[in-house]
Amino acid sequence: MTNQEVLDHVRTKFADQILEFDEPYGMLTIIINRDALLPMVEFIKTDEVLQCNFMTDLCGMHHPDQLGRELGMVYMFHGMRKNIRIRIKCFMPIDDPHIDSITSLFKAANWMERETFDFYGIKFKGHPDLRRILNMDDMDYHPMLKQYKLEDGTRTDKDDRFFGRDGHDGVEFDQRYIK
Amino acid sequence: MSTEPLEIDTLEGEFSTLNLGPTHPATHGIFQNILTMNGERIYHSEQTVGYIHRAFEKIAEHRPFNQITPLTDRLNYCSSPINNLGWHMTVEKLIGCTVPKRVDYMRVIIMELARIADHLVCNTVIAVDTGALTGFTYMFQEREKIYELYEEVCGARLTTNIGRIGGFERDFSPAFHQKLKKFLAEFPKKFQEFCDLTERNRVFMDRVINACPFDAERCLNYGFTGPNLRAAGVDYDVRVMNPYSSYQDFDFIIPVGISGDTYDRYIVRQKEIWESVKIINQAYNNLPEGDYHADVPEFYLPPKDDVYNNMEALIYHFKIVMGEMDVPKGEVYHSVEGGNGELGYYLVSDGGRKPFRLHFRRPCFIYYQAYPEMIKGCLLSDAVVTLSSLNVIAGELDA
Repeated sequence: MTNQEVLDHVRTKFADQILEFDEPYGMLTIIINRDALLPMVEFIKTDEVLQCNFMTDLCGMHHPDQLGRELGMVYMFHGMRKNIRIRIKCFMPIDDPHIDSITSLFKAANWMERETFDFYGIKFKGHPDLRRILNMDDMDYHPMLKQYKLEDGTRTDKDDRFFGRDGHDGVEFDQRYIK
Repeated sequence: MSTEPLEIDTLEGEFSTLNLGPTHPATHGIFQNILTMNGERIYHSEQTVGYIHRAFEKIAEHRPFNQITPLTDRLNYCSSPINNLGWHMTVEKLIGCTVPKRVDYMRVIIMELARIADHLVCNTVIAVDTGALTGFTYMFQEREKIYELYEEVCGARLTTNIGRIGGFERDFSPAFHQKLKKFLAEFPKKFQEFCDLTERNRVFMDRVINACPFDAERCLNYGFTGPNLRAAGVDYDVRVMNPYSSYQDFDFIIPVGISGDTYDRYIVRQKEIWESVKIINQAYNNLPEGDYHADVPEFYLPPKDDVYNNMEALIYHFKIVMGEMDVPKGEVYHSVEGGNGELGYYLVSDGGRKPFRLHFRRPCFIYYQAYPEMIKGCLLSDAVVTLSSLNVIAGELDA
């Protein structure tokens, strides 16, 4: 099946939910409303034509300059029978970061959604056990958001000025440390 | 002796808690399993991961493309070259660079050597966990030879950082040719000894047959890929379904199992080692003539001699080392068949010098979450061999 045929097939059911579509580097990418995620994933999983019964990957994104749709979710599905790959994206405002969990359809999503929650703070409605997974439990921020620098922001012993990065200002440095 | 998993409802009596990990000889890595046991039976288990989380995805957002290769080394450190070359291919896909056929074949040789090394670690360790230490020590001599081959190509052994975006830094050296020929001549005989030791060994078979089987439907639902999925009978292999690096040129089969138990996972890996030997032989005997790198001066570091004597090369050298290469905007997903399954790179570029977002699809992280369901109701000794046969690599698990 070509990407166009797949798209047309999905459109028969979700015509108004598809906001945009594209084909970057050959993979069909559909941007949808986040409310439509669960029914759409269920459709492409159970549909007899597509049979996308394998979830390859999911991950979060943060676009600080897209006002009102700062946070994004990217899902990739694979129909192995016909080798169909579909990428589904949803965007959401950063002050209302929630989306339906797809753990009811794919158990593989469990840890991946936990990872996304851990790093981006996206809350998955219906997730059985939404806790941090790779970072420590008492961490109070979501480190992959773009406003956080590479070094741990809570540490005071690593001053960027000593590493020649942001805030490097020779004059200020001299005044403060040479007395 | 392995036994059928019991229905949990039939378990009665007192429960005890056992920590399998974080540093336990059976985990072969740093991750914790808290088991609730009834005698020898596992009633419930809970996992803690993240002990060696190093924030590679965050670091990658602050590094130019060629400096991300060393990060990929540390994902599945049993087969670093596959990770490195997979990343190079992802960037090549993004910048639209086609590499010469010779590079493809060279890559195939390196990647299949890495697959052999990866599977050797996994399978010999299953044998160790069932009490057969001898095979492990003998096969690690062969693994050492593979590491020597890496050394001839890139100078490193474990964290290889092999190749470059666009190809290899140098052609295969005469010593590499010599060592590879010797390896291809001797390895099958040595490996056959290991096969004879375990594959039809009654003690070994009793121990692993029917240990924690996992059927195809559940495997797919849990996102299994690679040998663990194929052991359940699904013939999904990225090398065949979405061929990269000219894999379509080679003649090999995808071994599959039936029940997805530990023995099937073991045998699938054993057979894959033979297929890898077959692929290396084909690639090496048909190694095309040509250049060992693509013509992408913006990304491929020029020879040192040119840097000193050629203005253009000096400029490119400076730009690459300082990470000032221009890349197109776009998002690309590329996957390779890693040692443990589909190793994917989802790269989003905003045209800057660094990736806007880079996500690694790490097969270990995805399938390890099925472990509690696999071992529920099983004996502790079965859980240990199952953990080995899943080949959970902590580096790939935690990224």
